[in-house]
Amino acid sequence: MAKIIINKDRCKGCLLCVSFCPKGSIKVDNNFNRQGVKPVKFDDNPECLGCMMCAIICPDCCIEVWK
Amino acid sequence: MPKKILISGNEALAYGAIHAGCRFYAGYPITPQNELTAYMAKCMPEIGGIFIQAESELAAINMVFGAAATGARTMTSSSSPGMSLKQEGISYIAGAELPAVIVNVMRGGPGLGNIAPAQSDYFQATRSGGHGDYRCLVLAPSSVQEAYDFMQIAFGLADKYRNPVIILGDGMLGQMMEPIEVGSGKLKYSPPKDWALTGCKNRKPNVVKSFFLKEGALEEANLKLQKKYKIIQNKEERYEGDSLAGAETIIVAYGTMARIAKGVVHELRKKGKKIGLIRPITLWPFPRKVFQGITARKKRPVFLVIEMSYGQMLEDVKLSVEGRARVEFLGRSGGGIPTEEEIIKKIKSL
Amino acid sequence: MEKIFGHPKSLVDTKTHYCAGCGHGIAHRLVAEVVDELDIRERVIAVAPVGCAVVAYDYWDFDCSEAAHGRALAVATAIKRVRPQNIVFTYQGDGDLAAIGTNETIHAANRGENLTVVFINNAIYGMTGGQMAPTTLLGQKTATTPKGREASLQGFPLKISEMLAILPAVKYIERVSLHSPQEVLKAKKAIKQAFVNQIDNVGFSLVEILSPCPTYWGLSPRQALDWIRDVMLKEFPLGRIK
Repeated sequence: MAKIIINKDRCKGCLLCVSFCPKGSIKVDNNFNRQGVKPVKFDDNPECLGCMMCAIICPDCCIEVWK
Repeated sequence: MPKKILISGNEALAYGAIHAGCRFYAGYPITPQNELTAYMAKCMPEIGGIFIQAESELAAINMVFGAAATGARTMTSSSSPGMSLKQEGISYIAGAELPAVIVNVMRGGPGLGNIAPAQSDYFQATRSGGHGDYRCLVLAPSSVQEAYDFMQIAFGLADKYRNPVIILGDGMLGQMMEPIEVGSGKLKYSPPKDWALTGCKNRKPNVVKSFFLKEGALEEANLKLQKKYKIIQNKEERYEGDSLAGAETIIVAYGTMARIAKGVVHELRKKGKKIGLIRPITLWPFPRKVFQGITARKKRPVFLVIEMSYGQMLEDVKLSVEGRARVEFLGRSGGGIPTEEEIIKKIKSL
Repeated sequence: MEKIFGHPKSLVDTKTHYCAGCGHGIAHRLVAEVVDELDIRERVIAVAPVGCAVVAYDYWDFDCSEAAHGRALAVATAIKRVRPQNIVFTYQGDGDLAAIGTNETIHAANRGENLTVVFINNAIYGMTGGQMAPTTLLGQKTATTPKGREASLQGFPLKISEMLAILPAVKYIERVSLHSPQEVLKAKKAIKQAFVNQIDNVGFSLVEILSPCPTYWGLSPRQALDWIRDVMLKEFPLGRIK
């Protein structure tokens, strides 16, 4: 049982987390953030492993991982 | 009892710096100031200070930046071509408001020039040779004793104003040996440096920088500097006046040139000539007030500016006199030094 | 549930000026994580470069100094000599460390200054608009090599880490990459080693980090990581160099 919390306002939408998530649990949010980019969102997938791949590759330190 | 020693100008600069609490020196060899560097190499380790022979003038001045950022009393020295290389670093030191002392034992230029004494870096020192709107305080010793004494003043001013201070000497002063009186070497007052980089224990992090990217931030920083420079101009002018009362001719000269001029003044006064001397000690801030006082007199003297250059301080004299008196000039550079005979001949021709 | 990954204490909680997908953000975070883990935040003094990371001091929550372009290791040398009790590191890009500052780099290394160097190699000048760096690959198009870097005109990618490794006073050099989460973890390990070396008075330690610049490589953030893996690694192989 794990989950991630994304700081949407700091997200620059580089989508590296999306591309490295083994479970495909991170998606693009259709709402723009304050920077004017579409940030990512966690789809509350109960299969989230808490593997931290997304957080480790995030260049903007937007992701917290809870397990 | 003050101690009396026989020492060269270059060594006196180093000795004076150490007595003024300088504990970090970085320099690169260049003639005619090598005795200073060698003295530091020998003495710094003995007193627990740090000496580094840097890989270049650029490295040396940036090491001074780093040492100054920690709050240490620090200096570097060089001669004219090397000073040109240091200008970027001096600009950064001024911009980051760090205290540091930089010695220039001037030699002939432009380019590689030669190794003979000269005073042709006056503009570079007083107008500030690097980029941006900044100023360095500039002190010009004219004896070996002053080379020693001015270090105490220079480090004090650097700390007080968090600003680079340049000691502007020349090859003649650097090489000359004279007996001097030296003090105890006890560190005089040094203000607390709560801005220094020491690690952020029990306080917020400190940042030393000269970079202000946000709109309006650089202008604000520059205005702060200008305010500081104004205070320095008002408070730190220094000069030596000799026989100024009733003088019809006043020689203006600094450093080594002032020594020669002084001999002429005394000789001519013995013969009844009404002649005096103004020797600027701070070249920036230039001692304007003494000129303003003299040119407010009913009978105004003729000023004769004499330099080991082709007329750089001349501009500051003219700016100070503001057209209220005649200003004449005699100068040689590139190895030539105006002689007593040439000066007397010039005075006769006025 | 407990938090197993979060924001390091030594990293200021703020948005950075870096482009989307830029490696500087990861490298900054790794440094902050290492500083936290070694519990040296109150002892650290960083020296920031000129280049994209010029305002690194806005992002790290510890003492920092700026340095003129290329002079970070001269500044750091003096800081460390005056205050050996502090942990001093420089963070420099390829232009700063291996072009304009090559002299300072070589001589600080040759003196064996007990410093930690975090060297970001992204094969480009980002701050000024994508010009050729000393580490730009042959054939790589940049603003100043519009037809691609040619050995006969611009020379070869400069392998400064290999050059430094021959100096007897250099104690540790490792090249790492940010092209995948696994590699990021290895990069962190190397950075930590370079800091531990300083704490243990081992001497000059440098970590070269291959870092993506999607903007001036003209690639998407993910493509940029794959370009490191597929192209850049051939010129700059990973691993312990010394």
